[in-house]
Amino acid sequence: MNGNIPAPTIEYAQLAPMLVVFGAAIVGVLVEAFAPRYLRSAIHLPITLLSLAAAFGLTIWQVVKGVPTKAAAMGAVAVDGPSLFIWGTILVLAFVSVLLINDEDHFVAAAAAVPGSAEEEQALHAGAGHTEVYPLVLFAVGGMLLFPAANDLLVMFVALEVMSLPLYLLCGLARRRRLLSQEAAVKYFLLGAFSSAFFLYGTALLYGYAGSVDLAKISTALGAVGGQDTLLYVGAAMLGVGLLFKIGGAPFQAWKPDVYQGSPTPITALMASGTLVAAFGALLRVFWVALGGLDWDWSPVLWGVAILTMIVGAVLAITQTDIKRMLAYSSIAHGGFLLVGVVATGTAAQNSASLSAILFYLVAYGFTTVGAFAIVTMVRDAGGEAWHLSRWAGLGKRSPLLAGTFAFFLLAFAGIPLTSGFFGKYAVFQAAVSGGALPLVIVGVVTSAVAAFFYVRVIVLMFFSDPAADGPSVVLPSRGTALVVGVAALATVFLGVFPQPVLDLAQNAAHSLFVR
Amino acid sequence: MPWLSILMGVSVLGALGVTLVRNDKLAKQFTLGVSLVVLALAIAMAVGFNPNGDKFQFVEKYVWIRSFGVHYAVGVDGIALVLILLSVVLVPIVVLASWHDAEAGKRSVRTYFSLLLVLEAMMIGVFAATDVFLFYVFFEAMLIPMYFMIGSYGGAQRSYAAVKFLLYSLFGGLLMLVAVIALYSIADKHTFMFSDLIGTIQDVNTQKWLFLGFFIAFAIKAPLWPFHTWLPDAAAQAPAGAAVLLVGVLDKVGTYGMLRFCLELFPDAAKYFTPLVITLSVIGIVYGAIVAIGQTDMKRLIAYTSVSHFGFIAMGVFAMTTNAGAGATLYMVNHGFSTGALFLIAGFLIHRRGSQYIADYGGVQKVAPVLAGTFLVAGLSSLSLPGLSTFVSEFMVLVGTYQRYLVPAIIATTGVVLAAIYVLWMYQRTMNGPTAESVKKLPDLSVREKWVIAPLLALLLVFGFYPKPLLDMIHPAVKSTLTTVQVSDPAAVVPVAKEAQ
Repeated sequence: MNGNIPAPTIEYAQLAPMLVVFGAAIVGVLVEAFAPRYLRSAIHLPITLLSLAAAFGLTIWQVVKGVPTKAAAMGAVAVDGPSLFIWGTILVLAFVSVLLINDEDHFVAAAAAVPGSAEEEQALHAGAGHTEVYPLVLFAVGGMLLFPAANDLLVMFVALEVMSLPLYLLCGLARRRRLLSQEAAVKYFLLGAFSSAFFLYGTALLYGYAGSVDLAKISTALGAVGGQDTLLYVGAAMLGVGLLFKIGGAPFQAWKPDVYQGSPTPITALMASGTLVAAFGALLRVFWVALGGLDWDWSPVLWGVAILTMIVGAVLAITQTDIKRMLAYSSIAHGGFLLVGVVATGTAAQNSASLSAILFYLVAYGFTTVGAFAIVTMVRDAGGEAWHLSRWAGLGKRSPLLAGTFAFFLLAFAGIPLTSGFFGKYAVFQAAVSGGALPLVIVGVVTSAVAAFFYVRVIVLMFFSDPAADGPSVVLPSRGTALVVGVAALATVFLGVFPQPVLDLAQNAAHSLFVR
Repeated sequence: MPWLSILMGVSVLGALGVTLVRNDKLAKQFTLGVSLVVLALAIAMAVGFNPNGDKFQFVEKYVWIRSFGVHYAVGVDGIALVLILLSVVLVPIVVLASWHDAEAGKRSVRTYFSLLLVLEAMMIGVFAATDVFLFYVFFEAMLIPMYFMIGSYGGAQRSYAAVKFLLYSLFGGLLMLVAVIALYSIADKHTFMFSDLIGTIQDVNTQKWLFLGFFIAFAIKAPLWPFHTWLPDAAAQAPAGAAVLLVGVLDKVGTYGMLRFCLELFPDAAKYFTPLVITLSVIGIVYGAIVAIGQTDMKRLIAYTSVSHFGFIAMGVFAMTTNAGAGATLYMVNHGFSTGALFLIAGFLIHRRGSQYIADYGGVQKVAPVLAGTFLVAGLSSLSLPGLSTFVSEFMVLVGTYQRYLVPAIIATTGVVLAAIYVLWMYQRTMNGPTAESVKKLPDLSVREKWVIAPLLALLLVFGFYPKPLLDMIHPAVKSTLTTVQVSDPAAVVPVAKEAQ
């Protein structure tokens, strides 16, 4: 027999961070199956945290050892500078989010039970809890790691699903406001499934065009294949829809406020930080690597999307009365600012400047947003979190430290100097100006001014209004939550005063751009 | 010695210290102590300043953010130095004047004084920054303490006024941010050092756009007509002490920015836009004065007089003669003292009677002669009576403008006449005439309040007769600025400035 099939080479060392996370997730599933109920939570937490820490350590080790210059696993996964930077960011953000998730108060006892029914009551009494939250989170994080690193469209699709499916489930697990939570889960699932379908259809069409799903091969096919332009344009557009959905770019942003509002707040924190980072990594890879030669065609479209996203995010946020919906629209607006960096392409030096700006922005925004949601979990009244903005009135008088920290995060979102948000915005806008996107930057600053209005409005409520008589109380934070807020506040200050170390990291990561 | 960093450091450490003090009274005394130490240090620094030495002195320069070409770079020329002195003189006075301001609203007294000291550090920083980016950082960041001071401790409409103030300024600041980024990209020097950026933008069209980005931010800040509408609200709602710093110092950042950045970085654009700016200034002078006459609220009235005065300053800056430039700089200092005194005395009066409306007063002079007397002197300084320092600066601005722009200078002169109407009419309605029933039991100024007002009036008088020390510091700096802009004074004009002194 001469049919010697060569075994594929897998660079296990390069993939180690992902493998650790996925491995821990599988162990978590086994724990769910075999460990007694009362022990599960105690076993899950260390496994989850340790695996995330170990994955982070392996990522660092990878960087120290030297960033690979070739895609791993037969070209399916690209562990390059940007991937490693994004991995590190996601892992740290996931770690702090898990500390929030650990506060089990946020999750329902029995998700399948009708809200307020006897079954639910029973489950509560039995001490049931959804400890499978931990393995689900690990699967989602694993997907987040693979998504921006995927070097071919099929792997990217698999990663997209691995990341999204656990999140659909997690959205529906909020302990309070059950109906909203279930609605969020269904909406997210339906819309997410649609966007995945778009992505997959786009992949198929591009395969039809280029004869490969490999990003690099699509890129080389751009100049070589003729007469198939319909396949290319429709395919690229559909891929774009799938990716823009994940980052919440207008007009595909409609799910974000509903899902952010209904999900358990720690899960919202994970989505708002980790998913956004991962999705931007994937978006950049698809548009810059696979469709890089097509930028004359997609760039005008993304200009429009960026402008629309910034305006929709900033303007609609003004009318919100729910703090989580407001933060969701703010996240849409920030997605728009980041898109400004995505279109600022040009020479290799320009691309690497834009990329490092985006990477820095993602770190800055990720930390601040986790901190902000952590504070949201702490302000509660009888019905759980005090979601209505009017309930936050006078908080500055009752708990000045907490309100002050939240105000600080809001100022960071608004991009006031001496906070991390300012340098993030500055870096992206500067890259955009040198990339010739000055009009986008002008729209960006105008919408920033609009956005400042609703951030400032919350500060006005907290500090300048008198407290309501039966206003919410601030729960004493658990050690985990306090740690999250502390880390986020420190990161926001540090990146706002000494951004140079992280800028250096981002520049080194972006220096060689994406491998092909 | 790193004087400027020490000044800022002492203020910031003081601000931290205040939050740690548990006792409110102790916190106030501590704040006063810190602000006096800063004042003493600043005076010691000013003594060591050599007007004919290097352009920037007490220079410090460290790389802050290498990737962006940003430095922590500070240094002062004569213009910056006198404005820093203005700030550090006003702060202890404001502290003393605000002794009881923060208590009325059951808000934290310590926070108020802590914010005050943070603001002081930023005021020093914004004038001392010799790196455009650093200037921008201070320019934007100093909004936040002022925002909280107005919003938490102001009058009934405080949150509306605070938000309006913040959003106007933020919007201007963001436009400036675009210009700052574009300046960096186009200059392509990988540095934000002011001295390295001078002369890098050669293309006149580019200069015009960048100039507008900076200018609109400064015009909102200053505020110049028609960007002024936030000022009456903010000043009327702010507690008196904060209003003094807002109008006395923060707004000066706008006119200072025009003089320093708009002129030196974009000389051709500045010359191109001069007719426009002068027109706006003259409109502001007359409009501000006329609207001030019609006000029924004392604090709003004073705010509108400032709109008029800022017109004079901006006109002086853009007239681009030595006299007008030096006069405008001196005007910035004098206006801080004069309007500061007006705001504070009006604040004392309002605190006693509980009303801002002129109609609620009458005949105060009979029950509180010292209050009325100091109010009159402060008012006279606002209308630039000869013998008070404001006269010197206003005269220099008018003469300097006259040298180049005849008609605007003549129209602006009517502002002086209108000033007499708004000041004297307000004085007449509040202080003279039959004593109103509600003010019959009005106590006169307390010892603390006298200590607040005395230094301001003394400074106005001293510099009214002997402005030389200030002018000696200002003149070389203004000359150097005009040299950078490449303009020289029109010839064949009698050296009037000398006579004015």
